[in-house]
Amino acid sequence: MDQAKIEVNNLYKIFNGKKKREISLLENGLSKDDILEKTGATVAVNKANFKVMPGEIFVIMGLSGSGKSTLLRCLNRLIEPSKGTVKIDGQDITKLNSKELRNYRRQKYGMVFQNFALFPYRTVQANAEFGLEIQGVSANIRKAKAASALETVGLSGYEQQKPNQLSGGMQQRVGLARALAVDPDILLMDEPFSALDPLIKKEMQDMLLDLYQQINKTIIFITHDLDEALKLGDRIAIMKDGEIVQIGNHEEILNQAENDYVAEFVQDVNRSRVLTAADIMSKPVALLYPQAGLKTALHKMRQNKLASIFVLGKEHKVKGIVKIKNVVSAINNGQQKLKDLIEKVPTASPGETVNSLFAKIAELDTPIPVLNEKDQLKGVIVKTDVIANLATDQI
Amino acid sequence: MNQFADFISWLVGIVETVLAYPEPLVLIVVLALLAWQFKRASLGLFVFLGLSLVLNLGMWDNLIITLASIITSVFIALAIGIPLGILKAHNKVLDYISRPILDFMQTIPPFVYLIPALMFFGLGNVSGVIATVIFAIAPPIRLTALGIKQVNDELEEAGQAFGANWWQVLIKIELPAAMPSILMGINQCIMLSLSMVVISAMIGAGGLGKPVLRSLNIVNIGLGFEAGLGVVIIAVILDRMFDRA
Repeated sequence: MDQAKIEVNNLYKIFNGKKKREISLLENGLSKDDILEKTGATVAVNKANFKVMPGEIFVIMGLSGSGKSTLLRCLNRLIEPSKGTVKIDGQDITKLNSKELRNYRRQKYGMVFQNFALFPYRTVQANAEFGLEIQGVSANIRKAKAASALETVGLSGYEQQKPNQLSGGMQQRVGLARALAVDPDILLMDEPFSALDPLIKKEMQDMLLDLYQQINKTIIFITHDLDEALKLGDRIAIMKDGEIVQIGNHEEILNQAENDYVAEFVQDVNRSRVLTAADIMSKPVALLYPQAGLKTALHKMRQNKLASIFVLGKEHKVKGIVKIKNVVSAINNGQQKLKDLIEKVPTASPGETVNSLFAKIAELDTPIPVLNEKDQLKGVIVKTDVIANLATDQI
Repeated sequence: MNQFADFISWLVGIVETVLAYPEPLVLIVVLALLAWQFKRASLGLFVFLGLSLVLNLGMWDNLIITLASIITSVFIALAIGIPLGILKAHNKVLDYISRPILDFMQTIPPFVYLIPALMFFGLGNVSGVIATVIFAIAPPIRLTALGIKQVNDELEEAGQAFGANWWQVLIKIELPAAMPSILMGINQCIMLSLSMVVISAMIGAGGLGKPVLRSLNIVNIGLGFEAGLGVVIIAVILDRMFDRA
């Protein structure tokens, strides 16, 4: 097994306390609330242990006040841990002096913030150059690297704008470009998409996943949204009251909840994940119209590698399906008309669940069409779609 | 103490020499063009007409002396005040201690400064400049500190996350983000200097304050208005030249 990129051991963070006293109380099994009542100290991180492998997206998920942002800041010591070690590539960074720490931050980390934290008096280009400027990189190289980072996040052409001239999603792209420009090993992302509206959020998640394929970086991603965690994370740590209550990959989190807290979270997700025909249907690759000849039908099916094809009548209404073997034998027998070959198929409505589709499609060797209330074709479903989604639905 | 006085007197002398070197009309045209270039055409026109009026009233020499005193005082006040403001923003003890001192400096009647200045430095421009600096230094200290304290913590955190040291955070984040507030402090400093420069005529400082004081003593309304108009014109020009927009 490779060496872990980040290894956190028995990490504690206590605010407003004497640290040692509170940590020994925690070790004796007192809860966060007990300690607050007894000593007035706040336990922000309670004995965190985890490892992150190189090139992994590690998501730390928790509700507000769970200590996730504090834990993230302990990784680059923006917040000083009270006790415990943080090893990056085997080196304990809690032992670094302030100058070594600054150099470490310059070389290893890029950070993206919830409210973007862009410099309003700098242009987009100058914002992206910031990290390089701090490193003392010369102006030419700085400019080139920042421009390529901005291009990566799709902001070419906006270099001379000020951040407040951009939309929220674009501002966070600048934040990401600023972090990428220094080419860090580790990207720390503190709820980067929480302040964005849902559509932009999804777009940014997709962009991050795209980027992740291109760049070889370890990403620590903080979120309070389990859907986001499941979408992005290779592994997910769930935090509650400063404690990591479970770490695991998707299946482990969804299937093997280790405690009620996680189980409750996951339940909501599973419930919302009852898939319907509309979720899994795809666009038909090719369609036929009744007036088409047999040769056209054969050509279309061959071109698109289909075993059967749907025939549509007026107003997009489905007449039925034509199978390639029947077309071939009809041509061999000298028949001319497509009409005679059209067969009826069972249909589905967009709201049908995957389970009921399974019953319909199991015995068929053709796809089934999904029709709206006016019998117009909205999409098609093939057997493999249903089976694949049944499998994930049950995870 | 003498060296200090000599230094200030030397500084005022240099500024005065530079300002008095060109023909008055040449200086007026240059200033008007600067106002036009950096601000607005209308301000350029005002500079030209206003200063020409002062020249016409025969107050030009007094105007130069007043301007030289203001420039010197503001220069010293900012050179001390802005760094002090930066320290005040970062140091809680200094912040705490400085508050009553600044309150005191800002609320005490300005005439009172004249007495110790007079005792230490005698009659003349040097005492005037020193009293002016003390009077005008509070706003740049306060507004610099305020501006820096108001910088979003997240920006400073971002700086630190990228490995910026104290100095880089100050130069690249705090000062630019606090700039509007600092500029307001500079503007206030200039305006206060102007009012004090006039008052310090009471301890023998030259400039536009002198005819004002004299007109008071000999009850000459005309002279008082002429000199007072000069002060107003300078005040408007300086304020418009150094406001934020």
